[in-house]
Amino acid sequence: MSPDAEFALATRQVEEGGEGLLLLPRRRRSLSNFLTSTVAGFFLFLILLFLVLPIIVIFPMSFGSASYLEFPPRGLTLNWYRQYLSDPDWRAATFFSVKIALATTFSATMVGTLAAIAFARGKFLGKSLFQALTLSPMIIPHIVIAVAVFIAFSPLNLSGNFFGFLIAHTMLAVPYVVLTVVAALERFDTTLELAALNCGAGRIRAFFSVVLPNIRVGVASGAVFAFLASFDEATVAFFLSGVEGKTITRKMFEDIDFNLTPVIAAVSVVLTVISLIVMGVLQAFNRATVSAQR
Amino acid sequence: MTTRMRIGKFAGRAAASMTSSPSWRQYPLGVSVFLIAPLCLLLGFGFVYPVGRLLGQSFFAPEFGLDNYRRLLETPLYMRVLARTVFVALVVMSASLVLGYPVALAMARLRRGLSNLVMACVLLPLWTSALVRSYAWIVILQRRGLVNDVLLASGVISQPIKLIYTEGAVILAMTHVLVPFMILPVFGAIRAIQPELVQAARNLGAGKTTVFAKVLLPLSLPGIFAGCLMTFILALGFYVTPALVGGPSSLLMATLIGQQTTETLDWGFAGALSTVLLCVTLLIVLLFRKALSYNRGISNVA
Repeated sequence: MSPDAEFALATRQVEEGGEGLLLLPRRRRSLSNFLTSTVAGFFLFLILLFLVLPIIVIFPMSFGSASYLEFPPRGLTLNWYRQYLSDPDWRAATFFSVKIALATTFSATMVGTLAAIAFARGKFLGKSLFQALTLSPMIIPHIVIAVAVFIAFSPLNLSGNFFGFLIAHTMLAVPYVVLTVVAALERFDTTLELAALNCGAGRIRAFFSVVLPNIRVGVASGAVFAFLASFDEATVAFFLSGVEGKTITRKMFEDIDFNLTPVIAAVSVVLTVISLIVMGVLQAFNRATVSAQR
Repeated sequence: MTTRMRIGKFAGRAAASMTSSPSWRQYPLGVSVFLIAPLCLLLGFGFVYPVGRLLGQSFFAPEFGLDNYRRLLETPLYMRVLARTVFVALVVMSASLVLGYPVALAMARLRRGLSNLVMACVLLPLWTSALVRSYAWIVILQRRGLVNDVLLASGVISQPIKLIYTEGAVILAMTHVLVPFMILPVFGAIRAIQPELVQAARNLGAGKTTVFAKVLLPLSLPGIFAGCLMTFILALGFYVTPALVGGPSSLLMATLIGQQTTETLDWGFAGALSTVLLCVTLLIVLLFRKALSYNRGISNVA
């Protein structure tokens, strides 16, 4: 084999994955080599188990028949799901959370997309300062935001209130939308917009028929993150919830602290499955768009 | 075809002129202001005003002065909580690095099928609510939980041992929540390393260990740095997990602030504690700002 061909082969192996890399130059696998990779694989398995086990555990728990927590469960039942669905408190909390999350998704996507356009295409005084301020809710400890919002909103009757949550959660969700949409705008080939302008389209028409369809993946990802940022959010929800307006996360928080029943496992499974479905849809959407562009 | 080329040429010229003078690419100031106005209103009312008010309260409630800060400095308990918070954050950061680096390495270097499997194991916890995961740890670590059951059955212990509501449980559960924030930037850094560099090292006779120590590790340092910064900052201000998994002996800054707000209703002191936590976080962010920009990749992967 010529050196060139060998190099090409090696490169292909490298591109296909790490295993090929180890074969360059091709050596016979020694016993010690085998042992190290086995030990390394074992440790990797342990770490992955650590990552996944706590999430897997809640599934059998939620179907177990005993009223106290037992693992592994002895009998199977849907009792805890029935209790969750028939309890008016849980239902109210779930409904409240879904309502807030949907409204937050809408408002954060609107506000964030508009701002992202200004950040990517506009020029104004203090732009970088504004960008830093927009992203700061991601970095500033959520406990500080939660306590601050609670103390400021209480006298305004905005605690335990839909609009109070909408404002707080939109503020927490906007950074995700801004990041994804700015990234999409930076990838967008602006000459396409110029072409539309040259063909006689106005600014607004060019935006809606050319720019927006091209950044829609970014906008959609931002919206999904915004939904989860609100729906899974627990810290601000813990402080801002009232007796009437209580999110599902706050209700869970209380129940974990005071009466640890398997109903919580059932709710956990519901929350997890919703998150996984939402993220899965986003991944599928991304993949479909990428393959359509090819 | 020719029209397209002409447009391309024109666009090229437009792009060249963009740096010097405003062009069609840039929206006028009025449009920008209009686009950003809703965000300003939102951040002003929902973020700047509440946080400013909380910080201000630390100087004015119950009366004007630095009393709240003096109390914080003079009470050994509160200083211990601050020290413990930094210590726990450092341990969580180190544990995340030790556990996360091999996973990131495997994700970047394994065959596609296997690396996708590893990726799924990383994303699954990332997409699950921290609340759910804290609950799962309680189930695993409680008196009659999974770990105690296994240890009892195997005869290692004769009595269930106390695992939950301890500092160790907090560190374990927090590490579990934060490891993905370490793995993703490190993975990005390792993936960006050109395979030719590894090949060259191998061809020059370097063994696997040497390749790792002299090529992979140094070139993945930006990712390590970004991951460490991210996990440390998040660990400093984490509330949900320590509040659920921790006990009175493992009080952290976040849980202390929560306690002052809802139980003792001392909002001035809660403000002072928040100010300290905020300043520590911002100081670290400002010092290592460069590393953080690397983390933007997270939003693409996650």
